[in-house]
Amino acid sequence: MTKNLICINCPRGCNLEVDTETLTVKGNSCIKGKDYGISEVTHPKRMVTSTMPVLNSKKILVSVKTSSPINKEDIFNVIKEINKKKVSAPIKIGDILISNVCNSGINIVATSNAEEK
Amino acid sequence: MNKEKHDLIIIGGGPAGIAAAISANKAGIKDILIIERDNILGGILNQCIHNGFGLHRFKEELTGPEYAGRYVELLKETKVKVLSNTMVTSLNAKKEITAINSKGVNHLLGKAIILAMGCRERSRGAISIPGDRVAGVITAGAAQRYCNIDGYLVGKKVVILGSGDIGLITARRLTLEGAKVLAVVEICPYSNGLNRNIVQCLNDFDIPLYLSHTVSNIKANKNHTRVEEVIISKVDENKNIIPNTEISFKCDTLLLSVGLIPENELSIKAGIILDPRTKGALVSNNLETSVEGIFACGNVLQVHDLVDNVSLEGERAGISAANYIKEGNKKSKGIKLEVGENLLYLCPQIIKPSSVVDSTPIFFRVKKPLDNCKINIIINNEIVSSINKIKLIPSEMQSVNIRKDMLKGAKNIKIEVIKK
Ligand SMILES: Cc1cc2nc3c(=O)[nH]c(=O)nc-3n(C[C@H](O)[C@H](O)[C@H](O)COP(=O)(O)OP(=O)(O)OC[C@H]3O[C@@H](n4cnc5c(N)ncnc54)[C@H](O)[C@@H]3O)c2cc1C
Ligand code: SF4
Repeated sequence: MTKNLICINCPRGCNLEVDTETLTVKGNSCIKGKDYGISEVTHPKRMVTSTMPVLNSKKILVSVKTSSPINKEDIFNVIKEINKKKVSAPIKIGDILISNVCNSGINIVATSNAEEK
Repeated sequence: MNKEKHDLIIIGGGPAGIAAAISANKAGIKDILIIERDNILGGILNQCIHNGFGLHRFKEELTGPEYAGRYVELLKETKVKVLSNTMVTSLNAKKEITAINSKGVNHLLGKAIILAMGCRERSRGAISIPGDRVAGVITAGAAQRYCNIDGYLVGKKVVILGSGDIGLITARRLTLEGAKVLAVVEICPYSNGLNRNIVQCLNDFDIPLYLSHTVSNIKANKNHTRVEEVIISKVDENKNIIPNTEISFKCDTLLLSVGLIPENELSIKAGIILDPRTKGALVSNNLETSVEGIFACGNVLQVHDLVDNVSLEGERAGISAANYIKEGNKKSKGIKLEVGENLLYLCPQIIKPSSVVDSTPIFFRVKKPLDNCKINIIINNEIVSSINKIKLIPSEMQSVNIRKDMLKGAKNIKIEVIKK
């Protein structure tokens, strides 16, 4: 099967054609496009960012992210876990709010501070 | 009237204002006040919870609040004063400021002032969409704020007009929170967002992008309380609607992401001359406006796409303001830059050769996407520098550096982009 992708590594936005069996890439103008094309069809990963309700603070929400990119197919599962959780102030940037989310070995960390009310 | 006096007053505590304060402080100015209308510093970054900020500045990808957090920490190491929950309501050419907060009306006076008020989004009025005037039509940035700061979703079935980065990021965010984004509609034949955002915000979630389309009608529900249907149509090369190309979407929300305008009400009150192209102040290379001692930086000066550039511009404004406070105004002749072929604008608009130390950056955007082109710097009708580019697009701000040696005997300066 061939998959059509746009390379996201520079403004040229080359249209890539990746053969998912042989892992050959066409349409790229440089090596970055080849690497990107292969990783997108073999193990695509994404950062997930969201918010969590925070109690005991003037703020309603604290923003969060995955500590590193997670498998693309896990995006909605990770969001589900985040949405189940409420945290309590004080929260500091970098605090681990969920560890090993969805058994991925990756944590959900705070990206904003929330002071106690 | 009793006025509170400061060496430097900065209006707006977003990334531009904070960077300006830190650099002016480093340059030896002790008495600095930032006035911010929100309860926290950081400006628009607080609602931009996605990552991708600070790759140039910190060599890592941060989220908006993290980027703001880094700068707030740096600010805490200084003695810069911050007056939050305070809105500046007027400014004049004598550098007198009126600001309002819960304690009442404050009158202030600065030796120098830096404008860092950011920008606002263009609304429905600014682009005149036909159809019913009902609830459910709001800007994408407002939806982002409701979702990420206040914690509620603006709608369940959403159409987004405009494919700039704010529209794309909001499409993904609302999808993750359970809304269905039915379409992103773009009047241009190309998207105005980064490829990365097209892929990771739309393609990842199978959200269709309609290029060369626009909203041709908005229909309200029976009770006339909210949007019920949005109709889009194809447009021709001149952006005129082509009849009989309608596609209908049953939805409860239309988000507008149709451009940003620098927030310049205060600048106008102070008599500062604006550039009709950037909609920001007309400035010289030290970022001084047409009013002596008033400087501008960040989105209030020109709409930026990278916050890293906003911080750099803030730093430059801080240094210029510090020089002005220490040395007063050095009157010197300026050369007005000529906006050449294919350019939307140039910023700064004026170069004062005597104030250029080594070189000075000039920022610009192209009017339309251009392949295989070159950027020419033309001084006294001669090309002094020519830079080849494989591709330039309007959504990516570009810059060139004009070196001091190029400016010897310069009478006119033009920058253009032409096809090879
Ligand atoms: C909705 C939206 C989304 C964006 N998303 C991104 C993104 O994803 N990535 C990116 O790199 N850039 C993004 N940008 C661009 C972003 O605005 C800039 O990167 C950067 O935040 C601009 O910094 P600034 O300090 O100039 O303005 P702002 O961050 O807007 O800060 C201006 C500050 O001035 C204050 N202010 C304004 N008027 C007054 C007054 N009269 N009195 C007192 N205070 C006042 C405001 O409250 C605000 O805090 C976005 C912009 C908008 C509008
Ligand atoms: S393949 Fe290379 S040139 Fe093409 S978009 Fe990717 S990084 Fe840019």
